[in-house]
Amino acid sequence: MTSTLQVGYIPLVDAAPLIIAQVLGFAEEEGLDLQLKRAASWSMLRDMLDFGQVVAAQMLSVVPVARALGLGGGSVPLEAPMVMALNGETLGLSKAVAALVDAPFGDAMAAGRALVALDRPLRFGVPFPFSMQAELLQYWLERAAHGVQVSIHTVPPPLMAQALLADEIDGFCVGEPWGSQAVGVAGAKLLLPGSSIWSQAPEKVLATRSGWCEAEPDLAGRLMRSVWRAGRWLSDPANRLTASEVLAAPHHLGVAAEVIDPALTGRMILGPDGDEAMAAQFMTLHDGAANFPWRSQAAWIGARLAGRFGLDPDAAQIKARAVFRSDLYRQHLAGTGAAMPRASDKAEGILAQAEQVTTTEGSLILLRNRFFDGAVFDPNPAPR
Amino acid sequence: MSSDISIIIVEGDRERALRIVDALTEAGDYRITVLSDGAGLARRIAELRPDVVLIDVASPSRDVLEELTLASGAMERPVAMFVDRSDPGITRAAIEAGVSAYVVDGMRPERIRPILDAAIARFHLFSRMRTELATTKAALEERKVIDRAKGFVMRAKGLDEVAAYQLIRKAAMDQGKRVVDVAQALVTAAELLK
Repeated sequence: MTSTLQVGYIPLVDAAPLIIAQVLGFAEEEGLDLQLKRAASWSMLRDMLDFGQVVAAQMLSVVPVARALGLGGGSVPLEAPMVMALNGETLGLSKAVAALVDAPFGDAMAAGRALVALDRPLRFGVPFPFSMQAELLQYWLERAAHGVQVSIHTVPPPLMAQALLADEIDGFCVGEPWGSQAVGVAGAKLLLPGSSIWSQAPEKVLATRSGWCEAEPDLAGRLMRSVWRAGRWLSDPANRLTASEVLAAPHHLGVAAEVIDPALTGRMILGPDGDEAMAAQFMTLHDGAANFPWRSQAAWIGARLAGRFGLDPDAAQIKARAVFRSDLYRQHLAGTGAAMPRASDKAEGILAQAEQVTTTEGSLILLRNRFFDGAVFDPNPAPR
Repeated sequence: MSSDISIIIVEGDRERALRIVDALTEAGDYRITVLSDGAGLARRIAELRPDVVLIDVASPSRDVLEELTLASGAMERPVAMFVDRSDPGITRAAIEAGVSAYVVDGMRPERIRPILDAAIARFHLFSRMRTELATTKAALEERKVIDRAKGFVMRAKGLDEVAAYQLIRKAAMDQGKRVVDVAQALVTAAELLK
């Protein structure tokens, strides 16, 4: 018997695992009919989740953590039983500012120095105050462009190109396809992929209200397995063409398939002149246990938010860690072939190259995990 | 009703905005400003410092308001956001109607209620009108297609209008299809054969 589940998403390339799970029948294999509800903004999607119009949603990884720390709107606790996407952000500059900046694509240090050399205040657009885009942008500016006066504004991604044209912002950090769209529509130039700031940044999670997975373990397991299988399908290069065609449909992303391709292949069109470059680890939907919700990823987000909002860092990390439910992932994906790491924490930023590690049942290749400045985030700091 | 409440309506559709203004004017005496979505919205709202912002649930600009709730000072920040969170009933009604409200911290729920009720009623009315309009438009389109198909059958088979229509209708019934679908197939075929 097929069960119907209401699931929410925002029209972005990294909604692909949910859309593909339904369209290509991974949900059906689990006896699920996913009713995909498209939302126009993160606030709307969050409200739909809070008030039960959807039981699960694609969500900015920072939102459920911020909620646990009492930041932002809403009062219902949220949690993340799995990660949906790592990275996939682009950071770019307006046509006017890009003309003054000379830095090779993907070199975060050089890009930071180039901004310092501009010697002028800069305004950046990000999609939401609580987003990996906002976190990566600020992390990078603090450490590579120290001293530059920056103001950060929330700009809905579909309006990013318009904000550039109206000279409301000088640059942006946004998820695809909106960075590529800004290049095409507003003549913007891409400076960095988010992965050049942190190569394994948890960008989107599958979020539910806290306790839903325990209340509906059967449905939760079926949903998680179908999303995981969709991610595996998406990671096969042979399926990319099909994937962009499915995503491009008017009732899903509603943009041309060509604008979706760069995010799936990592081959970015950098500017109006048509130069291309490969972005390493541009967006990871499956490889290297990408869907495993590491407690340490949540702790990193908690530590960053604590720093920005003046909260107690240790308490913030403890609350944050509880949001990424690696226990639920282990429970519901057991037996699917999903690699299960032996620990639920890792030192973020420590892998200079991909590395094979032992898992509970075999081995797994963890992908390169680096911050551009070589920092390592130890999720278990010495008690103070 | 006191006149010390200022309301901003964020709505790009002029007609819809006017209807909400009308409804609010009936409900009470408020200072109302209408802004459209798009660039500079955050700055203008910050300058006007309203008590209530009414916005379409489906507006992408809602996330801009989210930032305002963080950016403004502790005393004056419009935090209550989605109506009054303690009343899930009205919140749900608001979501379903398509309106969301961002409210200044400390404003009492009983003061926001009439504002929201009026806005919700108008949003409902407007979406019903829009559905009606869409239905009418679709019906007109269908009639146009059927007329073209009839013309094609009349010329091809030398029939009068009534007989041509009967032929199309019979084909539709035989195939278990809608008349307009058969007509559309005929029109497409006719274009190809031209």
